[in-house]
Amino acid sequence: MYGVVHFTTGSLNMPIDKSDPNPNQSKASKFRWGELEEDDNLDFLLPPKEVIGPDENGIKKVIEYKFNDEGNKVKITTTTRVRKLAKARLNKRAVERRNWEKFGDAVHEDVGSRLTMVSTEEIILERPRAPELLLTGMKAEEIKVPGDSLAQLSKGGAVLMVCRTCGKKGDHWTSKCPYKDLAAPVETFVDKPVASEASVAASGSGKGAYVPPSMRAGAERTAGSDMRRRNDENSVRVTNLSEDTREPDLLELFRPFGAVTRVYVAMDQKTGTSRGFGFVNFVNREDAQRAINKLNGYGYDNLILRVEWATPRAN
Amino acid sequence: MRPILMKGHERPLTFLKYNRDGDLLFSCAKDHTPTVWFADNGERLGTYRGHNGAVWSCDVSRDSMRLITGSADQTVKLWNVQTGAQLYTFNFGSPARSVDFSVGDKLAVITTDPFMELTSAIHVKRIARDPTEQTEESELVIKGPQGRINRAVWGPLNRTIVSAGEDAVIRIWDSETGKLLREADKESGHKKTITSLTKSADGSHFLTGSLDKSAKLWDTRTLTLIKTYVTERPVNAVAMSPLLDHVVLGGGQDASAVTTTDHRAGKFEAKFFDKILQEEIGGVKGHFGPINALAFNPDGKSFSSGGEDGYVRLHHFDPDYFNIKI
Repeated sequence: MYGVVHFTTGSLNMPIDKSDPNPNQSKASKFRWGELEEDDNLDFLLPPKEVIGPDENGIKKVIEYKFNDEGNKVKITTTTRVRKLAKARLNKRAVERRNWEKFGDAVHEDVGSRLTMVSTEEIILERPRAPELLLTGMKAEEIKVPGDSLAQLSKGGAVLMVCRTCGKKGDHWTSKCPYKDLAAPVETFVDKPVASEASVAASGSGKGAYVPPSMRAGAERTAGSDMRRRNDENSVRVTNLSEDTREPDLLELFRPFGAVTRVYVAMDQKTGTSRGFGFVNFVNREDAQRAINKLNGYGYDNLILRVEWATPRAN
Repeated sequence: MRPILMKGHERPLTFLKYNRDGDLLFSCAKDHTPTVWFADNGERLGTYRGHNGAVWSCDVSRDSMRLITGSADQTVKLWNVQTGAQLYTFNFGSPARSVDFSVGDKLAVITTDPFMELTSAIHVKRIARDPTEQTEESELVIKGPQGRINRAVWGPLNRTIVSAGEDAVIRIWDSETGKLLREADKESGHKKTITSLTKSADGSHFLTGSLDKSAKLWDTRTLTLIKTYVTERPVNAVAMSPLLDHVVLGGGQDASAVTTTDHRAGKFEAKFFDKILQEEIGGVKGHFGPINALAFNPDGKSFSSGGEDGYVRLHHFDPDYFNIKI
């Protein structure tokens, strides 16, 4: 015995126009085509109910025709999704109990009551994060929170996601790495002293003590707000990037012009490719200016780059 | 997996219980009306109307004909499961907290809270086959523990009664004489109120959950501590899988953490632990409030959780749950 749940996702009421070359209607009233002139006869004819059985996705369509209040023929399409939830091998008494009458508050329950619903979200048994990936002073619980939400988000991908920062497969892409702000192995360039200072602070606060949001793991770190502001002022926008351009590529490209604090490439979560643009933050404004001068119009991986200040500003 | 959400209760859930065959799920909440649902698709079958106070716990007989519920309105009621009719009412001097049928359903152990001058007590009542012959009198009354007794269950073969409560000490009593047989060791035992207790499928060991953020596994015969499971949250509910060696803990949130944790909804989780290795296997999120009740289907293929948010979430496991390796 299967536990089956039906979802009704929508009913369409469509008035039928007789002159409408609707394939359904013409199919249903095919045998009357010769008498199409005679409108009267057709009025009494209601095409039979069609049931397009559950296809491989479990979608079942029921097409019914009836007369609405004004006497017009309407076509009602009900789309439901039939899902097999669980296969239950029930014993005899359980099967009997299935047929018991409702009692108490359930007596007047109509089918439309929303008491029991299947969750729209897919919930998984989330495995705990591997602690060896955590850097000094990170609390396991704090890291888990951003990681888990990301894991949920990227669930729809069905793609093997590899993050180059922490090296974990199947969880998040590099740009979404919860550790991306931290001293990461080799590739992405981060303010190293900033990261380690903050992480020491987090460990210093102790396991159970209150940690303000600004000092928590994964929080945006500012070792002095001026440094960050200056970085954002030295932000260069690069557009017309090719699909497989990633942060390390941009880094290699811009590094010759000077110290780079941050690179970012906008990624399309679903396909894992670059959305064609990114940002590079330089330490020095002059380096950024030189990069713009040299690389704007530069041919990179079959596309001509466009490099400019991130916010339209001249010096 | 896609949990089925059942919002039949307007107030927080207090207890969940599956029947022996695993096709019915009984839920108790603070809204005075225990409800029974079909355990496969979550469809509501009926409600038991009659209590005037929060229903703290329930138990169902092995043939799924009788339901016993304990309520804060100082009564324990017997119901006909199929029709929802009340069969009998036991009256007490204080709110009834925990109820449990014995093996064979001939006896029931009921605990009552301390109230005014009354101390908390454990009552054993005989349950007659025929409800018309039911009497009010207790076979046995045990007094002794200080504070509320949150849970009392029958030991193997109905020879003993195991109780646990606010004083954090687990006690084993003789069910015929009422004598205290064993007490849990204070050093290794819980440090704060024990909120929940569940027996293993064969009754040889049981699991207790406490507000001290841990759950402990004990041997029923000797009351020795076997395992300890540590979490970051006070434990409100515990459950053991009858099929695999997993224990599940459900809990709340420390008052001190309320303002500092981020406000994403649906993040209270039921934590799964490996019973033997004591390691966390994972968590199932989704509740909008602390989890107050957990129950495993006797076939081990699904489980349900009830929360402070009034929702019962019924989860049927995906096939990969059964292949989890640490």
